[in-house]
Amino acid sequence: MSARRIFARPARFAAIAPYVWMVLFFLVPFAFVLKISLSQTAIAQPPYEPVFDVTAGWGALKAAFAALSLDNFKLLGSDDIYVYAYLRSLTVAVTATALLLLIGYPIAYGMARLPKRWQAVAMVLVIVPFWTSFLIRIYAWINILQHDGLLNQILLALHLVSQPVVWLSTDSAMYIGIVYSYLPFMILPLYATLAKMEPALEEAASDLGAPPWQVFWLVTFPLSLPGVGAGVLLCFIPIVGEFVIPDLLAGSNSLMIGQTLWLEFFTNKDWPVASAAAIVLLVVLLVPLLLYERLQKRQLEQGR
Amino acid sequence: MRKVSRLSRFNIASLAFGLAFLYLPILILVIYSFNDSRLVTVWGGWSLRWYREFFNDRAMIEAAWMSLRVAVAAATIATLLGTLAAVALSRGERFRGRTLFSGMLYAPLVMPEVITGLSLLLLFVALNAERGFWTVTFAHTTLTMCFVAVVVQSRLGSLDRSLEEAAMDLGCNPVRAFVAVTLPLIAPAIVAGWMLAFTLSLDDLVIASFTTGPGSATLPIRIYSEVRLGVKPEINAICTLVIALIAVVIVIASLASKLSSSQGESAAPL
Amino acid sequence: MTDELPRTDAAVDAAGDVRPAAGQPLLRIEGVAKTFGSFRAVDGVSLDIKAGEFFALLGPSGCGKTTLLRMLAGFEAPDEGRILLGGKDIAQALPHERPINMMFQSYALFPHLSVRDNIAFGLKRAGMARADIATRVSEMVALVKLEGLEKRKPDQLSGGQRQRVALARALARRPQLLLLDEPLAALDKKLRESTQGELMELQRRLGMTFIIVTHDQEEAMTMASRIGVMKAGRLDQVASPRELYEAPRSRWIAEFVGDINLFDAEFKLRDGHRLVIGTRDAGTLVVAEPREALGETRFSVAIRPEKVKLSRRAPVSEAGRETAINRLDGVIADICYLGGTTIYKVKLDTGGMLQASVVNSARLDVDAYSLNQNVVAWFTPDDCVVLPS
Repeated sequence: MSARRIFARPARFAAIAPYVWMVLFFLVPFAFVLKISLSQTAIAQPPYEPVFDVTAGWGALKAAFAALSLDNFKLLGSDDIYVYAYLRSLTVAVTATALLLLIGYPIAYGMARLPKRWQAVAMVLVIVPFWTSFLIRIYAWINILQHDGLLNQILLALHLVSQPVVWLSTDSAMYIGIVYSYLPFMILPLYATLAKMEPALEEAASDLGAPPWQVFWLVTFPLSLPGVGAGVLLCFIPIVGEFVIPDLLAGSNSLMIGQTLWLEFFTNKDWPVASAAAIVLLVVLLVPLLLYERLQKRQLEQGR
Repeated sequence: MRKVSRLSRFNIASLAFGLAFLYLPILILVIYSFNDSRLVTVWGGWSLRWYREFFNDRAMIEAAWMSLRVAVAAATIATLLGTLAAVALSRGERFRGRTLFSGMLYAPLVMPEVITGLSLLLLFVALNAERGFWTVTFAHTTLTMCFVAVVVQSRLGSLDRSLEEAAMDLGCNPVRAFVAVTLPLIAPAIVAGWMLAFTLSLDDLVIASFTTGPGSATLPIRIYSEVRLGVKPEINAICTLVIALIAVVIVIASLASKLSSSQGESAAPL
Repeated sequence: MTDELPRTDAAVDAAGDVRPAAGQPLLRIEGVAKTFGSFRAVDGVSLDIKAGEFFALLGPSGCGKTTLLRMLAGFEAPDEGRILLGGKDIAQALPHERPINMMFQSYALFPHLSVRDNIAFGLKRAGMARADIATRVSEMVALVKLEGLEKRKPDQLSGGQRQRVALARALARRPQLLLLDEPLAALDKKLRESTQGELMELQRRLGMTFIIVTHDQEEAMTMASRIGVMKAGRLDQVASPRELYEAPRSRWIAEFVGDINLFDAEFKLRDGHRLVIGTRDAGTLVVAEPREALGETRFSVAIRPEKVKLSRRAPVSEAGRETAINRLDGVIADICYLGGTTIYKVKLDTGGMLQASVVNSARLDVDAYSLNQNVVAWFTPDDCVVLPS
């Protein structure tokens, strides 16, 4: 028994309420998603065991098994719309994450090099937009990007274009929206690792004869990789399932998976297909989710 | 001799660009909310016309009221549960099901909202729950308690453990040591957690769309359906009010956390 | 500050325990062991501590001294053994159930509480009356000379002031035993020296029992009346500072405490109370017979540098006792000037190196030796310590 153990006993009691809550509102719902995604006509052998309705005995269980079907998943695999939606989601997420890293890194680096007291101010400045509503920020861009919006007015006034450019309902608008919304998520973990880095390391590298770009490439960047990893995962995972930004800013000819799910659910009222789409999305994101999980745990549990 | 500045021109330029990029769109939105013109892009002089319009829009006001109630309720429950979860994770050492527990707490932070929303809806349908205020509140609690847990846990992790030992050494049992020493020290993080939960709930569109029922739309749901039909100056005004509300919450909370602890490092709001 | 002081001897504390008077046994540690995973941090330590003692646990980092201290405080429970305080086994008692207080290395001052509230913290927990708490706190504030700073928060204090608050907080409950975990490690050298003196004075005046953990042998020697040297989870030697320095029980302790010259030696013959021994590096030496007989013929011989005298010519020996002095010829190979003393490294003609510490008693350097100068190094048989190798 140690001091930590003495403290641990009552601390464990604290887990009960949030544990029950999360099991009920986070874990159990997935079981329902899985069940609904498999429930339709009866042709298939179920590879999944529906663990939740085992109350009615063996016969009922058998019937439940028989009722399960993989039709929805077959549909997702055979219909080009869904396949394209997954591919597009991944492409958009990869591109947007790369853009975010490219734009966010210099900003985080600049923050980390500010004098200590200004660093705190800069950090607040980066976080505050995150607190203002997501939807509002997208809406702010619709204001700017619309046909007679500020951006086109400026471009026309500067004679850079002869007639208004179509911004809304394009991929560019969507990327602007995504980068804008997710930038703080990229900057903060990057800044956290860069700010913790010992300045003497960079000084030592240049003292040993490395020109600035080598100092950055051989010392700063490799040491910031944990922050890069956190930032990339923090942006990539939610962007894959993003709904609002593509819906409001991108064109409607090619949809991301979040949009198709939404469409199936709200417009076509096809819950089983929507559930199946959610399951596939979850499977796609499983690896990055687990990676993120590990990172988060290491960061929070092994102290700093 | 002063140290050579580590700040290069490139650093300053990227900082300036970043901040301009983050703030200009919001600034423009706020300015246009005071525009008298019906055309969003033509400047027609300063006016509070759209604010009046909003206060006469019953449906909008109702949605805003619903959102506020949900945000306060969800943030409060989430702060309670999230703080308990953070204490269990950072002070509970090993316990059965710990890995599952932390997994369930970290996953919603990045989980696409469409998945969380859909799964919660299916649960509510299966439970035959009447969809409305409580279903949205519970859904938001589930999402936001994870953020609270992370904020509080990072503060607990940075706390010197010998403070708790000192309290026990001076005659406290573990629970009293926690109340007398740990709790006051993590209070700023708890306040920050509540604020974060409040704004996240106020902000959420996707999960609320799934879990709400007919006749109880939240503000983001209303704004979203308006925005889909095109830009309306009234929306600018509503957005400005929401921004102002959040700004007030942030200021109050940061003042509170300053007052409650004069120690240098306070928890980052993220 | 010699007038009215808070007295603790023979007092009855909050828990109603009668304290042993000074010199009576207070704490008994019996075969205590603690394992972390596969690492045996404390490996069967037994120790008796009397009331009123100032005891130091000395050892390199990782030797288990802090773990032992934490077991006394109740932050760790021993896997084996008993810890008896005033005859009662407290090994499994929780920290808040023990009449023992601890001063933490990091001080662990509560940052959200003022100096006054930090000091009063333990008193409130003990359910003391409000008025009594106020009296005790001002007593403590006066004791550690912090008058006027009662309302400050810890981050508005200097390092030395924080250290005093931590001390006052731990003393306020008048514990039967005060544990100090590297209490001076965070202070700079000058402040550390003055604080050492104050701690000793405080301990004497209060008649309290102190156990201090330190890795700094000078600190332990200065302050403690007895020192326990720990190595790899075991107590190697428990002795007074002088005994530890002059009669170390092992080669390891001899090297750990202060500087020393060590030679591998072989027994040659006995001459009364003298032993004649042969060394590879320093030739034949005559040493005093050790108190405990050596079982082996191979051992080490140790001479402290300040016991080695240097001269330009051989010392004039007393008639008939010439053989009793060890004389070694050599040249000065290295000089290290330290202000009060100078350390000379002498390259012996027999091959080895010998360190001699010479007090610079004259301001001008007439006595000093120069590099490559031929010298004679000498010391008496009683200056040599024979140690098992």
